[in-house]
Amino acid sequence: MAMKIGEKPFKERVTDGIGDVFMRGAVSSAQGRFRSGRLNAAEELGNWEEWRKLGEEIRTHTIENLDYYLDLMSENVSKRGGYVFFAETAEEANEYITNVVKKKNGKKVVKSKSMVTEEINMNEALENAGCEVIESDLGEWILQVDDHDPPSHIVTPALHKNKEQIRDVFRDKLGYDKTEKPEELALFAREKLREEFLQADIGITGCNFAIAESGTISLVTNEGNARMVTTIPKTQITVMGMERIVPTWEDMEVLVSLLTRAAVGQKLTSYITALTGPKQEGEIDGPEEFHLVIVDNGRSKILGTAFQSILHCIRCAACINVCPVYRHVGGHSYGSIYPGPVGAVLTPLLGGYDEYKELPYASTLCAACTEACPVKIPLHEHLLRHRQEIVEKEGKAPVFENLSMKAFSLGTASPSMYNIGSKLAPKALGAFTKDDKISAGPGPLKNWTEIRDFPAPKKDRFRDLYKKRKKERGE
Amino acid sequence: MKVSLFVTCLIDIFQTDVGMDTLELLEKLGCEVDFPEKQTCCGQPAYNSGYVDKAKESMKHMITVFEHSDYVVTPSGSCGTMFREYPHVFKGDPVWEPRAKKLAEKTYELTQFIVDVLGVEDVGAKMNGIATYHTSCHMTRLLGVKEAPMKLLSNVEGLEMKPLAHNYNCCGFGGTFSVKMGEISEQMVDEKVQSAEDCGAEILIGADCGCLMNIGGRIDRKGKPIKVMHIASVLNSR
Ligand code: SF4
Repeated sequence: MAMKIGEKPFKERVTDGIGDVFMRGAVSSAQGRFRSGRLNAAEELGNWEEWRKLGEEIRTHTIENLDYYLDLMSENVSKRGGYVFFAETAEEANEYITNVVKKKNGKKVVKSKSMVTEEINMNEALENAGCEVIESDLGEWILQVDDHDPPSHIVTPALHKNKEQIRDVFRDKLGYDKTEKPEELALFAREKLREEFLQADIGITGCNFAIAESGTISLVTNEGNARMVTTIPKTQITVMGMERIVPTWEDMEVLVSLLTRAAVGQKLTSYITALTGPKQEGEIDGPEEFHLVIVDNGRSKILGTAFQSILHCIRCAACINVCPVYRHVGGHSYGSIYPGPVGAVLTPLLGGYDEYKELPYASTLCAACTEACPVKIPLHEHLLRHRQEIVEKEGKAPVFENLSMKAFSLGTASPSMYNIGSKLAPKALGAFTKDDKISAGPGPLKNWTEIRDFPAPKKDRFRDLYKKRKKERGE
Repeated sequence: MKVSLFVTCLIDIFQTDVGMDTLELLEKLGCEVDFPEKQTCCGQPAYNSGYVDKAKESMKHMITVFEHSDYVVTPSGSCGTMFREYPHVFKGDPVWEPRAKKLAEKTYELTQFIVDVLGVEDVGAKMNGIATYHTSCHMTRLLGVKEAPMKLLSNVEGLEMKPLAHNYNCCGFGGTFSVKMGEISEQMVDEKVQSAEDCGAEILIGADCGCLMNIGGRIDRKGKPIKVMHIASVLNSR
């Protein structure tokens, strides 16, 4: 699965999403839980705004000095005997990973949850090379079993499925014969996954934060399977987007505090795994061989642009969890493995406007995302900036809109034009007006009146009434 | 206190009574109100659609129109936010940035002005009914006006306020979003109307005509027995 999911055009995906009653029920109840969890955890920590500011500062400093910290990271990993590979493209990353696996004669790969491996379509590349790839994150595994259903959320990838649907997937694909109780489902998954772990020869993980000062990669999880990926197989490959880096352990502590609270309303997750290179002499666990693949895949193009702060993202999904648009359309509507506000900003940057020009418009600019983001990324401003680029630089705006905006600026920058236009409005719309309302409007109004009434323009505008009033009072 | 009224284009053309209520209310509170007649629109429709250059033309015009005002007061959280954003839009422009800043600093949304500047929390309004309040996004999140409307409404004699479930969720207006993404907008406004109905309100009050046109238009279309009112009209009821 690459970043892009599905072939249908945006409008059709949205219609599908809106029509999916199960998904919408699951999403709205999850949004409620995540929201109260996040707010409670933030309140319990205290000084949340100060924490956010600190998080923002750390991320800003890191991304501003990204080359320095990547260098330091790479140096420290090498010092401990690990291998580092910088991949400029998805293809380069996949080629390197496949080669490592081939060299080790790897047949079975277990992996932990990772968005960047989805983005580069790594599983398919490995499968094409004759490897079996097993997802070990419960949500990802469910999706994998369900014929590679794409993720709809960056933290809880199977959010769009309810427990009955998961039971059915297990029953149809794996002969599961128990109920839809989450405990029973999880136990079943655990038994199946244990077998896989014991047979795997390669472990592949993502990376939440790479700590440059020590060359450590860290994983933040609740299930603990990511830790098994780093301990059982003899060879480990960690794949990270180049922006997943933090300078120090102290910085990492701040960001983890923000991440777990913003993502799931927890003080800490059950597991935080940190791994510094391969097993050293005298150590009893850890992989014998360790590879770190640092992926660019379009990220460095964002550096130095007005969009740079989107690279501050720590993938907590808080913006997705508060988004009122995501709430109704679900993750698959975005056509990208990165949905919601963060996806609407990031996806067009990585994948281009040709494919994703609708996404920046799939927002009311309500700023709920900006308010929720633990590292203070001004998401709604980035969405606006995208619209501006699409209109002004790319010239991709619809002709009609272009014309009406021209008329708008003529009509509002000059009082006399505004005067004429607003005075004519009741006449122009007179034929469509009944009982002070328009129920079926012409032109662009049609889209409005398809679902709601529109008020008729008043014969006397406020300015006319004001003038009359002034006259009557002899002013 | 001298106040210049910025009524917004929606009120000027469609909701003239809201403009009148705002004017009367401010006068009752002892303000000397003028209406600079050259005012047009804050530029938001173009700005939010990405037509920043075109929006700037209206913005410059508005900056000039209100240059001589002491205070600019508007019965719209969203348009007030737009004025406050002007310095950001003109950032780095040696001529317009300082002028924009002056306008931003003296601009207030109506309830914000009454509570924060005039220091009044009870305007002496009377209105019977059960109501709920729609918190509009730009007003609460960007302008940061959260408490003022609730304070004022809680002091309206005869008015019983009910909390609105999911009040933090946008109503689905979003300017051109409402027509560009009509299908999504419909779902959003439907949920809002449903919440209003569920809380038992007879009246839905808001401080932004855009949201009210959206929610009210949907309520009318569905024939629901809920009346939509601008907060200026509620506060001007006697
Ligand atoms: S943009 Fe902010 S809120 Fe959204 S996922 Fe990234 S860090 Fe979290």
